Amino acid sequence: MRMAPPWREPVPATGTMGEPRPLGRFGEYGGRYAPESLVEACREVDEAFRQARADPGFAAALAELLALHAGRPTPLTPARRLSQELGVQLYLKREDLTHTGSHKINNVLGQALLAARMGRRRLIAETGAGQHGVATATAAALLGLEATVFMGERDMERQALNVFRMRMLGAEVVPVTTGSRTLKDATSEAMRHWVGATGDSHYCVGSVVGPDPYPWMVREFQRVIGDEARGQCAAELRTGVPDHVVACVGGGSNAAGTFAGFADTSARFVGVEAEGGAGAARGRLGVLHGCRSLFLQDDDGQIIEAHSIAAGLDYPGVGPEHAHLRELGRARYVTVTDEEAVGAAVRLARSEGIVPALESAHALAWVIRAAGDGELAAGSTVLMTLSGRGDKDISTLKELL
Amino acid sequence: MTNILAAGAVERHLRARRDTGRALLMPYVTGGVTPGWTRYLTAFAEAGADAIEVGLPFSDPTLDGVTIQQASEAALARGASTRRILADLAEAGDVGVPLVASTYYNLVLHDGPEAFCAALRRAGVDGLIVPDLPVHEAGELTGVAAAAGVDLALLASPATPRPRLEEISRRSRGFVYAVSLMGTTGERAALAASAAELTTRIRSVTDRPVLLGFGISTPGQAREAGRHADGVVVGAAVMRRVLDGAGPDDLRAFLATLRRALDQE
Repeated sequence: MRMAPPWREPVPATGTMGEPRPLGRFGEYGGRYAPESLVEACREVDEAFRQARADPGFAAALAELLALHAGRPTPLTPARRLSQELGVQLYLKREDLTHTGSHKINNVLGQALLAARMGRRRLIAETGAGQHGVATATAAALLGLEATVFMGERDMERQALNVFRMRMLGAEVVPVTTGSRTLKDATSEAMRHWVGATGDSHYCVGSVVGPDPYPWMVREFQRVIGDEARGQCAAELRTGVPDHVVACVGGGSNAAGTFAGFADTSARFVGVEAEGGAGAARGRLGVLHGCRSLFLQDDDGQIIEAHSIAAGLDYPGVGPEHAHLRELGRARYVTVTDEEAVGAAVRLARSEGIVPALESAHALAWVIRAAGDGELAAGSTVLMTLSGRGDKDISTLKELL
Repeated sequence: MTNILAAGAVERHLRARRDTGRALLMPYVTGGVTPGWTRYLTAFAEAGADAIEVGLPFSDPTLDGVTIQQASEAALARGASTRRILADLAEAGDVGVPLVASTYYNLVLHDGPEAFCAALRRAGVDGLIVPDLPVHEAGELTGVAAAAGVDLALLASPATPRPRLEEISRRSRGFVYAVSLMGTTGERAALAASAAELTTRIRSVTDRPVLLGFGISTPGQAREAGRHADGVVVGAAVMRRVLDGAGPDDLRAFLATLRRALDQE
C-alpha cells in the first residue's frame, strides 16, 4: 500500500490529468475567472500549494493527518453478493469509512494544512448537504482554525442535523437567503465574503470547481482515493487494473480523485450525474464561480437550478477537468434518476450491509443498469468509489420507503 | 487610427469632459428592473450624468452585494434578458450620454463575444464592464470589443500589484474602473481608505479616466472620491431607491445632489 501522498511522484503534464496549463487550463476549460479583487488571493493559494507539494514535510504532515485522524487508507471491498447477482466483479472504494463519513475530508485536511501554512486563521466554505461543511468544521477544530460555513437556507432546513454538527464543532454557519437558497448561492456568497477577508481567511472550496488553482488542487488532494485504489486493485484483481472506474459527479471531486489514480491505464472512466443536475452530460459552455466549464443554462444564459434527491449532486455545473475529459472521450458521463438511485441504495444495503450516501448510490445505479443491459460485459471488473455513507440521508429515505 | 485597440466613443467622451475640469458621474441602473425602466436613463442624463451603466442581470452575481442582487432578481423575475433589455434601449434611442453595459462573463459567452458586442452596438451601447473577467482572461474579448467599437473597461482593485495595474491600465478602454474597497458592491458608511491609495496608484501609470466605484452612496462621499479620481460610479445607492419605489423624478433629484457635490470640488 502506498501511504505517501501521490505528488511525490510527479505526473507527466503532457498526458491527461496532469497539471493544467497554461494558466489553469484543462483544454479550453478552467482558468481563473475571478473578480480582480480575488486574483491576487488565488495567486497566493497557487504559490503556497506549489511550495507545499514540493515540501516533503507538508506531505508527511498530511499523510499523518489522513492516517491518524481521517482513518486512511480506506479498504477496497469486494461486493460479493451483488457481484454474483449482476454478473460483474464489483469492488467498492470505501470513502464512506473515513472520519466524517465522506471523501470530503481528504481535500479539507489538505487545504486546512495549507491555510495554516499560509498563516490564515480562518477557513471559509460553502456547503450543500453539509458534508463539506462538516469536514471543514472538523479540520478547523483539529488545527485550531476558525470556520465560517455558508449554507443555503433551504439546505439548512433539509439538513438540520449537519447544521447542528457544524455548530457543535465550533463553526459559524451563515444562512444564505438569496437566489434558490441552495449550493450555488452558498458558493456565490462564500466568494463574496472571501473578497472582504482575503487577508486572514482561506476559501476552502469543496469540489473541483472555482478559479485556478482550485480544480487542480482539490483533485490532487483527492487523488489519494485513486492512488490507494490503484495499489489495492493491483494486489487484489487478477487483471491488476479494473475494466471500468465509476464514480458519481456533482462538481466531481471524488470522481476526479479516483480517475487520477488510473489516468495512465486502459480503465474506462464513467462519471454518473443526477438526472436533474447533469452539467457534464447536458450543460453548455459558460463561466460560473471562477471557472470556464459546462453549466445548465436557460435560453438567455441564466444558470438553471439543479434538482436532485442527493444534495451533493445538486450543482448546475461540473468541474472543468471533467468537461475536458468528456471532450477528449477519456471519460463519459451518464445520468440516473432519483428513483434509480434510491433503488440502488436499498439494494446495496440488503446485499452488502452498506447504506450508501444517495450521491454514491447514483454511481451504483448506473453499474446495476449497465450490468443489466449488457453495457458492462459479463465478468468485467468494476471499481466504484463509494464516496460517502448514507446516515445523512436516512430521513429522506424514510419518507420514500 | 489604425490601432484596432484604439479608444472608442466612451473614452473620447469622458476624456473630453474630464479635460474641461469636470468630475465625472456614472450612475447605474439594472436593466428591466421596472416597467418603463428606460425613463431612468433620461432622468440620469438630465441630472448631469456623464455616462450611464446599464446592468444586464445575471442569475449569479458573485461580485454584487445584496441591493444589486435584489435588483437583478427583480428584473429576472419580470422576464428581463439581454435581448429584451437591448431592445428596450434601442427603442429608447439616444439619451445624450454614452451607455456602458455591465454583466457577468457567462452572458457574454452565451452567444459568443462577437455576437454580444455587435448586439450592444446595435442597441446604442458603446462600453462594457465584465467584473468576473480579469485582465489575464480578457484576451478573448478585448480585440473583439475594440473591433466592434465597444470600450471594454477593466477593473483594478486595492489588491492589484503594480505590474498588473500597468497591464490593466494599458488594456482597459473607456476608463479604468477602480474598485474602492475589498468587498462587494453596496452602500457603505464612509469612503474606504483604500480608495485614495488605489486611485493614486492607477493615475501614476495612466492618463485614462479613472472612475471610482463600490460603496459611494452620498454627496459627501462623492465629493471626497472626486478629489482622488476623475469621477464616480454610483450603483447600490441608486438601486436601493429604485427598489423602494423611487421613480425617475426622485432619482433625478438624488443624482442632482451628487452632481452638485462633484461640481463643488
